[in-house]
Amino acid sequence: MTQAVAVREPAQDAAGRRFERIQQLVEEYGASRSALIPILQKAQEEYRYLPEEILTFIATALDLPPSTVFGVATFYAQFSLEPVGKYVIKVCDGTACHVRKNQALISSLRSRLGLKEGQKTTPDMRYTLEIVSCIGACALAPAVVINDRVYGQMTADKMKAVLDEIERVEAAAAGDGKEEQ
Amino acid sequence: MTTAVLGAALSSPADLIALKKRALQALESGCTRLVVCGGTGCTSNGSRQVLDALNAELAARGVPLVADLLEEHPDGAVRAGFGGCSGFCEVGPIVRVFPANFFYVRVRPQDAAAIVERTVLNGEPVEHLLFSDEATGERFATRDEIPFYREQAGVVLADCGVIEPEDIRQYIAHEGYRALASCLFGMTPEDVVREVTDAGLRGRGGGGFPTGRKWELTRRSEASKKYIICNADEGDPGAFMDRSILEGNPHAVLEGMAIAGYAVGADEGYIYCRAEYPLAVQRLRVAIRQAEEARLLGERILGSSFDFRIHIKEGAGAFVCGEETALISSIEGRRGMPSPKPPFPAQSGLFGMPTVVNNVETLANVPRIILNGAGWFRSVGVPSSPGTKVFALTGDVVNTGLIEVPMGATLKDVVFKIGGGIRNGRKFKTVQIGGPSGGCLTEEHLDLALDYDSLRSVGAMVGSGGLVVMDDSTCMVEVARFFMQFTQSESCGKCVLCREGTRRMLEILEKITSGRGTVDDVGLLEEVAIAVRDGSLCGLGKTAPNPVLSTLRYFRDEYLAHVVDGVCPAGACQAFRHYSIDPEKCKGCTLCAKKCPVGAISGELKQPHTIDPQTCVRCGVCLDVCRLGAVVA
Repeated sequence: MTQAVAVREPAQDAAGRRFERIQQLVEEYGASRSALIPILQKAQEEYRYLPEEILTFIATALDLPPSTVFGVATFYAQFSLEPVGKYVIKVCDGTACHVRKNQALISSLRSRLGLKEGQKTTPDMRYTLEIVSCIGACALAPAVVINDRVYGQMTADKMKAVLDEIERVEAAAAGDGKEEQ
Repeated sequence: MTTAVLGAALSSPADLIALKKRALQALESGCTRLVVCGGTGCTSNGSRQVLDALNAELAARGVPLVADLLEEHPDGAVRAGFGGCSGFCEVGPIVRVFPANFFYVRVRPQDAAAIVERTVLNGEPVEHLLFSDEATGERFATRDEIPFYREQAGVVLADCGVIEPEDIRQYIAHEGYRALASCLFGMTPEDVVREVTDAGLRGRGGGGFPTGRKWELTRRSEASKKYIICNADEGDPGAFMDRSILEGNPHAVLEGMAIAGYAVGADEGYIYCRAEYPLAVQRLRVAIRQAEEARLLGERILGSSFDFRIHIKEGAGAFVCGEETALISSIEGRRGMPSPKPPFPAQSGLFGMPTVVNNVETLANVPRIILNGAGWFRSVGVPSSPGTKVFALTGDVVNTGLIEVPMGATLKDVVFKIGGGIRNGRKFKTVQIGGPSGGCLTEEHLDLALDYDSLRSVGAMVGSGGLVVMDDSTCMVEVARFFMQFTQSESCGKCVLCREGTRRMLEILEKITSGRGTVDDVGLLEEVAIAVRDGSLCGLGKTAPNPVLSTLRYFRDEYLAHVVDGVCPAGACQAFRHYSIDPEKCKGCTLCAKKCPVGAISGELKQPHTIDPQTCVRCGVCLDVCRLGAVVA
């Protein structure tokens, strides 16, 4: 439980380099309609969300109207059109987790992260809180996923320990950064 | 096991049989096997660290390790590896020992020394790791003695947790790909379809449509190209059987798909798997690569003239894609919206070509049917629903996990014998079956047989097989609201009645659970539910009102209590609860103030505390933690 959560840093290249990478993806998957979803998935893996200019670029590359690409990107829950935090906390709201009272977990998380109703990401871009449909870890209800790592049988106490650990790692990293300067 | 595992491809059925003999001998004699559960549940509980600790301990004690199953190894050698899900996730991480068949639960890395010392070197079980019955304290050494498993039947899950899913040779040792070889070298496509039809196999994804009939329709469609799709978009909240099959025995699904391809004349298949299942996708990738290397997939399989390739498509998170026409749209790169049938996918499916869409569990049954025959399959289960069904048993039940029972098992056996009854000594209230498309079963249904037709007769359905047990602290109006929130957000928006109707039903249910409902709302709710059921195109919309209709049918008085008496009989709806602290009983221990997630409780040490109703989110944590019973709800 004390292991650090893996973080995938977004690609921080200039706009030109961004398009280059997307062009590579288009070549890899082929410029066909059926490649659209895999390309969007890879692009999101790269940038952690789908910026508008990327969607437009993909539309042009696949010879599709931008509205079609936008339509697909907004249809599926996996795609985010807004930047997300460094740690994406997904609280499973499947039936089993719901029955085992995950509401307390959600409200304590909201309050700890200081998120208002309708707000998903903390202003410092550190955390995004998502309530997701079943992740299939029902026997471990209530379940939480933080950046692909599954935590089972979660309680408000355990959640607090996990977040404290993340904060500790972040504080240590910030300290290192200062020393280097 | 990332490189070539076989050395050479199999170019005939004789090669397959020879490999099977070698692999089986290697598996069953000469070495002890420690199979650590590598399913999603156990890995999140730390089973990877358990496997590492076991390997480190074995190395430290100088025990010879079996790095490769088929290579010569000395007597007393040990193989430790990841297996699939054994189903009993609740007590994970699970480690199974073969050939002794010991079943260890809640294993931690620090238990490695005891396992190596006592089990590997001395052949004895490690007492404290055996499953023990909480009520009687009785300990059980082997899997089959544990009450959770005693009433189960193993067909689809038989090899899960026994073989290592990332080693194709272990699947081959357990008769793997024998069924495909029998089809290619001893049966015509018509024979294969007939065998599946005679077996009476019905779709395990929920619909219960006869698989043989689907195959026959597709076989008869004339086309230059046909496809097989494996529907692994298991989106029902509360269901994870497909995930466990894919993680625990992926080759069974691949073999089922290849057999389906041979039967209908398809040479290409797609597995549409949820992106939320990264481990399943990874296991499938490894399995496909190994099968291709072995020539059990790809061109001229086993030297025959049959070609079959399988691709993986990762879903992007849309529940409606579990509907076959929506799933096809999604593979084609479109929004996953269903289309009217006919034409059926069997006539015009993926890219306009005849397509079979079968669920994971359905396909995993196919090799067994070919191997053992339709008669054997029919001998399990009930005449109208032969075979077994895998259910995900979760919720307020003592033993949660994945179970496989013959079709027609009673609800009572599942909940009380396998599930061990209700947790925390509470009372059984209902079982929600079939997820957001299903319904609820009550005490009066405890003797009901769990099969397609019996369930339909009481307004429920098998669905994909989620069984969520609920105790008497569950409010059924809230349950209906929960499911409606799900279907409302997952409605694709194509049909007006589904798009708007689910939203209106949700509004009414929210109104009732927040204490603002009236008697008229209950009538309106029922009316909208029936309209949505009758006026929607696909399964999602047609079944979205089921949780409402089913709770109205069996728990109407609970709805009325909310709107007439202004109470939630289960005490679950927060709007009807007010938390306060009894100053007479409170000793000021500050525990509740410390645990309150929103800081709504204040007070001095050793002085009675108070709850600020404005800040309180009514989560009930204070009620749970107070040892003096001072918190009043």
